[in-house]
Amino acid sequence: MNEREREEIKRLLKEFVPAAGQTELGRDLWPTMLKRLEQQPIRMPWWDWALLAGVTVLFCLFPGMIPALLYHL
Amino acid sequence: MELLRRFAEGDPEAFEALFRQYQGEVFRWIVRIVRNRAAAEDLTVETFWRLHRAHARFDPARGKWGAWLRRIATNVALDHLRKVRGEVPLLADPPDAPGAHREPGERAELRGQIFRAMESLSPRLRAVVLLALVEEEPYEEIAQALGISVGAVKVRVFRAVRILRKQLLEAGVHP
Repeated sequence: MNEREREEIKRLLKEFVPAAGQTELGRDLWPTMLKRLEQQPIRMPWWDWALLAGVTVLFCLFPGMIPALLYHL
Repeated sequence: MELLRRFAEGDPEAFEALFRQYQGEVFRWIVRIVRNRAAAEDLTVETFWRLHRAHARFDPARGKWGAWLRRIATNVALDHLRKVRGEVPLLADPPDAPGAHREPGERAELRGQIFRAMESLSPRLRAVVLLALVEEEPYEEIAQALGISVGAVKVRVFRAVRILRKQLLEAGVHP
């Protein structure tokens, strides 16, 4: 492919795909941003879930640990 | 600098000030890649959301705010393109082109073939083509926004143009 072919493709694109360069934002997005910030979910990291799953499995396999654990709490 | 320092420390007022100052710039950058106003508005908010979450990682003394912002915006736009790939005709609604679909006959057909060829590109190649060839952004800025070298941008443009040319030739269009 040479420079001429690149320019030909460029010419075609510019003719049929209008540039969006100066498209202006029509409204203030801060209220939307604020809503998003207020809806911030409480996220648990994956290792917390893994730990919880591990403890649950442990309790299922060795239920005798539950009173022992409660005694030490 | 003071505003950026406060933002990095998690000051919500500094975040709001930065949002108000840069929302237009981020929107304009994203719309050049996704070419859909409504999506670009949502993605502008998503960009600032990611920015807000990552505020502690920004070091105003070392980092360049503009480059960081544009990098996040580009990633958000590319994630969107990957998500909607094949579902939405991405170039069917180019911004600021009223009446674009009313072209008769051959021109409309050619336009359709060009859009289909563009949609066959991967999101990252399409983004580079749009930024480099349609919007005529400097290669340095595209490289910075994508986090790659100028040489890599040139390679992507080359690959994309080759694919587009092949697609158009197969469709009977001789560029």
